Formats: sequence, C-alpha cells, structure tokens
Amino acid sequence: MRTHVFDAVIVGAGGAGLMAALHASQQVKTAVISKLHPLRSHTGAAQGGIGAALGNLEEDRWEWHAFDTVKGSDYLADQDAVDILCREAVEAVIELEHMGLPFDRTAEGKIAQRPFGGHTNNETRQPVRRACHAADRTGHMILQTLYQQCLKNNVTFFDEFELLDLIRVDGEVRGLVTLEIATGELHLYHAKAVLFATGGYGRIWQITSNAAALTGDGNAILLRHGFPLQDMEFYQFHPTGIYQMGILLTEGVRGEGGVLVNGKGERFMERYAPTIKDLASRDVVSRAIYLEIEAGGGINGQDYVFLDIRPETVNHYFAADGKTNPDGTPRQITADDIERKLPDIADFVRTYLGIDPVLEPMPVQPTAHYAMGGIPTNVEGQVLQDAQGTPAPGIYAAGECACVSVHGANRLGTNSLNDILVFGRRAGRHMAHYCRERELQTFPLEPAMAVAERLERLRSGRGGIRATDLCAAMQGVMMKHVGVFRTEEAMQLALAEIQRLQRESEQIEIDDRGKRFNTDLLEALQTQNLLDLAQVVTLSALARTESRGAHAREDHQERDDIHWLKHTLAFRRPDGSVELEYKPVVITRFEPKERIY
Amino acid sequence: MRVKLVVQRFDPERESRPYWQTFELVDVDPTDRVLDLLRYVKGQIDGTLTFRHSCAHGVCGSDGMRINGVNRLACKTLVKALTRPEAGSVEIKIQPLLGLPVIKDLVVDMEPFFRHYRSVLPFFISHQARPERERVQMPQDRLRIDDGTKCILCACCTTSCPSFWADPRYVGPAAIVQAHRFIFDSRDTAGKERLTILNAPTGVWRCRTILNCTDCCPREIQVTRLIGEVKKALTVNRGRAVAITGESSTGVR
Repeated sequence: MRTHVFDAVIVGAGGAGLMAALHASQQVKTAVISKLHPLRSHTGAAQGGIGAALGNLEEDRWEWHAFDTVKGSDYLADQDAVDILCREAVEAVIELEHMGLPFDRTAEGKIAQRPFGGHTNNETRQPVRRACHAADRTGHMILQTLYQQCLKNNVTFFDEFELLDLIRVDGEVRGLVTLEIATGELHLYHAKAVLFATGGYGRIWQITSNAAALTGDGNAILLRHGFPLQDMEFYQFHPTGIYQMGILLTEGVRGEGGVLVNGKGERFMERYAPTIKDLASRDVVSRAIYLEIEAGGGINGQDYVFLDIRPETVNHYFAADGKTNPDGTPRQITADDIERKLPDIADFVRTYLGIDPVLEPMPVQPTAHYAMGGIPTNVEGQVLQDAQGTPAPGIYAAGECACVSVHGANRLGTNSLNDILVFGRRAGRHMAHYCRERELQTFPLEPAMAVAERLERLRSGRGGIRATDLCAAMQGVMMKHVGVFRTEEAMQLALAEIQRLQRESEQIEIDDRGKRFNTDLLEALQTQNLLDLAQVVTLSALARTESRGAHAREDHQERDDIHWLKHTLAFRRPDGSVELEYKPVVITRFEPKERIY
Repeated sequence: MRVKLVVQRFDPERESRPYWQTFELVDVDPTDRVLDLLRYVKGQIDGTLTFRHSCAHGVCGSDGMRINGVNRLACKTLVKALTRPEAGSVEIKIQPLLGLPVIKDLVVDMEPFFRHYRSVLPFFISHQARPERERVQMPQDRLRIDDGTKCILCACCTTSCPSFWADPRYVGPAAIVQAHRFIFDSRDTAGKERLTILNAPTGVWRCRTILNCTDCCPREIQVTRLIGEVKKALTVNRGRAVAITGESSTGVR
C-alpha cells in the first residue's frame, strides 16, 4: 500500500476532469487519476458539436440557447444553472480555440457552426446554426486539446488507476482508495478535496453508445456513502444508433440535412414535429421511432428505421422545405460534403454495416446514450448531500456523473460538451480555492484495510456466479422494461430481477486470482456498481407517475406539473433499500408550458 | 462460421515465457468484431484472458493488437475481413503490439510510446497575443492539418515500424504525425522547435518509407506522406529556397 499526498485529487480524465485539472493545478497541488489512459476517455467519442451562441453564421443569442435548453429539459432543468451554462459556453469555446482546437472554419475563417436538434432561433422557431464542430469528431478534438494543455502545464497523472472508495471522517473528506491496475497494488490519496468526473453509466442497457468503461463508479461509491443521486429516472436514448450495435450516428447527420424514413418510405418526423421535423429533441425523436415500429412502420417489419443522408434525398427535402444558405442561395449537399463533414460516420457505416451512406440509407434504432441525472451539485460543482442543498465540504463532481441540473428531463445535443467545460472549469477553480483555505487533516488507514479485505473476498470468492452473466441479464431486462417507454408492471418486473441479480452478485466468482492487470476483478466490481445504479434508476422511474422528457410512462402519459415539477433524490440506506426525497426546480424566466416542436 | 482463435498468452507474474493458446469458437458471425470474440472468451471461457478495450468502435485507441501479422484495432476488425466469404472456418492469430514490453497477455506498457509523443511538444504554442474572439484560420489552412488531427494514438503505426523495432529510441510515426499537426497549423508559432527535435538522430531521418504505418493506420492517415512533409520542411529550413508544397498559404515559422 502506498500513500500519495496532494491538495486536490480528480477522478476521471475526460473533458470535465481535464478542464478541472487545468484550472485547479494552476493554484494547488493536483493529481488526476483515471482507470483509462486519459486519451481513451469517452469524451473522445462525442461527434457532432458543442453548443455555443457565437452567431458566426446567423443571428444567435445565449438567451435563446437557454430557452431551448429549458424547453428541451421539459422544464426540469434549474434555470439559474442553465443561464450560466449558455452564457459561459461562448467563452469556453473561445478558450478551446485559444488552446489550439482545430475547429472547422467558415469562409471568413471563423469557427463553423451547424444546426442541431432542439436549437432554434426563438423568433422564427427554425433551426439555428449553433453547434461548433470539428468534422464529426468534435469530442475527440476536445479531449486531445485538453490533454495536450495538461501536458504543457505539467499536470500530474496516474493513468490506469481504478477508484475503489472514498475516505471520510465525521462527514469530512480525507482522500481516496485506488488500485494501480498494472500491479494490483493499493494506492491511497491523502487530500483536502476530491472531484468526481467519472462519466456515465450507459452500460446498464443492452443497446448503448457507451464505452465499456462507463460503469458509473463514482456515482455508485457516493451512493454507498449515503449521498443522494438526483433525477436518475431521466436517461437519454439517442435516436440514431447503428442497428443492433448501438454505435452512435451523430445528430449532425440530421443537422446536415439527413432525414428519418420508415418502412413505407415516409419522412415520419413531419407528423411528430411539424416545425423542426427531424431536428426535434432526442426524446421526441426516439419515441417517434418506437411508435413507428409499433405501428408496423419498421423497415421490412423489423425493429429499425432508416437514417437517410443520400444527397438526392436530402436535396429533395431541402427544396421542399425551402432551405437556404446564409447568403440566400438554395441549400444543397453533395457526396463530397458528406465525406468531408461526416467522415467518421461514413467510416463506421462502411466498416460495421458494409453500407455506403452516399448510396444507401443507414439502419438505426434508439441507443442508451446519456445520463441526465447523477450526483447533485450546485453551480460551483460542490456535491449536495440533502434536499436542502447543503454542500458536502471538499467533495466536487462535474460532467456526466453530475447533475447540476442543466439537462433536466432531456438533454439537448451539444450540451454535454459545454457542460463538461463550463462546470469542469467552475468546479476546478472552486476546489482550488477551497484547498487554499484549509489545512490537510489526518488520514485514517482503517477504511483502506476494509477495502483491501473486500477486494480479497471478491478475488477468492467461490460462489460460481459469473459477472458477465449478471451484466447481460441486467442489460436485457433494463432494455426491455426500463427503456424508452415504461409502465408500472414492466418496471416492477425489472426491479425484482435487478434485486435478485444484486443478491447473486455477492456470489461472483472470478477466474483471475492474480494481482497484475486483473480486469476480471475490475469487471466484477463494475458489475456491482451498475446493478446498484440500475436499482436506483428503476425505483426513481417507478415513483414518477407522469411523462416528462426522456421518462415516458405509457400508464401516465401526461406531464403533471402540479405533482411532479420537482427533482428526485434517491438515497441508499445501509440495508440496501432506497428512499426517495424531492426538491423544487429553480424557475426564473421561463414558465413551464406545453412543449411542441 | 468456425473460428480458431490463437492468442499469445503471458502472465509474467506466473509464467517464464509467452505461449500460444487456442480457443475453438463455433457459430461466429462473419460480421463479429475480433473484440467480440475476445470478449466472449473472457466472459464465458477464460476470465484470465487480458486485453484493453473501451469504446468498441475505433475511436478510443485502446485495443491495438497484432491480428494475423498486421496491427489493427480489435474493435474495427470484422471476422469477415480476415477470411474469404466462402470459407467455413478461419484461424485468427493474435499477439500484443511488438516493440513494447508486455504487461500481461495482449496488454503492453505504452509508456515508451507516450514518452516519444511527449518529446515533440505535442501541444499548441502561440507567442502572439490572444484576440478577444477566436483566432482567424482560413478553411484551406485548417485543411492543411486535417489528416493528422484524426490520430487517436493507438500505437499501431509506431509498433509496426521496423525502424522502431530496430531502435526504440526512434520517436516513431505517431509522434511525428502529432508534431506535424502543430508544425503546419497556421496559428502555432513553435514549428521551428519541433523541427529541431525531429532533425535529431532519433527523429524523422530514421524513417525509411517502409509504409507499414500508412498501411495499418486504423484512421487511414497518410502517415508516410506527413513524415515526408516534415522531412521536406527540414530541407527547406536548411536554406534551400523551396516552397513547402505549394498547397497552402501556411509556412513554417
């Protein structure tokens, strides 16, 4: 067992963790630990763009971005936090450009922007070009650029270290217990403050765009320490995942003019969102796809539809809709535009489906994509420990693992990237300030001994249960019963099954009993984390007897602002049961109204 | 179809030398990824089989490995790409990347690779004042660096390079691609420093244009061409009045 001493420790090295590290490390001694090499983080998989009202191609205002975000959230986002997000997104994008990020450019050399789902000119209600992009690998560029800047600024990294536990004394944070994956040795981090930037937990579901690493470790560990998780019933299914694989095909495809088509060849989004059609927000589009399939509108009667970016299709609908360029000429795309603006999408489809997107439409289905809910924080990234909003001293969270809440019941595309930058930066700065004002406290070793014992029990378990089987069972049941559409009956079935799997997870037996790079052991731990989160998602969803944003109840189809305009807080009790509390939504300028696209 | 998956195993904690282990798989779909086969073996047959992976669609760069003698990403290699359509079975042989120390099975120590990466100043440097808004960069200047910005640092190129195998002090193709991306960025002002680093005996002159790097790059980057452009820039800097390639308004500062 080795001990390291820092002022601040950041867990996770995606966009939020790296942004926090850049800002905290300028002021206090900071370490970043990550179970992946930072460049492997899932921020790198983000494709279409980052939302910021730069107005480089047409008039835009951050206040419009704020309204679109609140409307997209189905009025569950906290509006004070949304204002910060949309205002500071503009300077965050400029900061990235100053760090050298190679954005695509307009003819005048400014950052290029494209339309994206739910982003509108609030006066004309038409889609607005707000998503700043670098081809269809915007997240890759953000991750690379932030990591490069961390190298330039000599940030200290501990790559491939798995988070095992948080150490607290009398409610006060003292540090972390981690496992060095390469050696199997425990490393303890003695610190004044910690920041969780541990990402999402899409691996709960069978069809997902999420990387294998997205197992919600930070959320599960805080949950076991008695911290609440907020709005966990709101999980986004992105409408366009590659059929049966879940690999994401960016909304930027539709931003560039692509349309969704059912088995009868109809552009069905015209019926569900007459004004912005295929660029309605993601919850709306995912439900439309399910409804089309249910009504027999799948391709060849199967459970998928087509995403069509063929130039002849796109140009047909551009002409029908009277779409124009900023200079007033008719909007058109060519095969070359597709290769240039969506090169990775074209590559994925060619590699995995053997289809040329210029010549053939792409089979898609909704894919589990993004957690709107997570660890509750205020706008400084401080973790909130109760319904009254009391900050937990020295504990911070940012990025997908956190819930500020700026996404409410449904996140708009491009708003995950501005979230990680804006709130990663704020959390990093606030944490540095906190560390400067405090002395390092003592560090008890007993909690780490308990973690070592738990690990040893798992390593030597003889229960005969394989973690992979539990994981597959969970993913199947969650996909079937706690997916795009939900009912009381189906979710009760799911809950019973998840609780059974949780009990079985105490009997996991692993094959690999060695210390060195033991991914068998890590996957067992991660499966336990996912199961605990699946339980919370299901219980939070069962309790909410309304439909809002991504939470669509077939047995409660209307939004119910009288009873449910409030955030869920789920607490895990020591006996493993979950209790729910609620707290109000912050509403400032935008009164809830009906949501029509 | 049937797949005979032959994997190089080695756990230095318990074993003195690497060995081959064969897993016979039936009912493999030709569109399965090699990563799917490895995941299946680990989940259902032998949990000790160890490899890195994460995104499973070719963007995170974790699962570079040597598959039938060629460096590839396991998640971007379909079984059907390794066999003829009419074949009912295929043998797939998997080794760790060459030229880096093996930690366990298919997991190699990437630190020597990243040390080379860090040595070329792989970050944006500008000594010009920051404007209030974005720096202006014309589309053709942006296009000049496009290819190199696709790099995911999976190490497939560097660990397929005989010059790197022969002398691990060579910075390798990936580091040069990263340097290229900044040397030719119209906004960056530290091109000369990077060129000086790449002019050292461990730099670009070790490249013998064998093209393994370009052939195997999972991102289809024209690696050898980018290395050639750096070589050319160095020749220009030595005093010959030759324009860099004439493709762009960007020069080396």
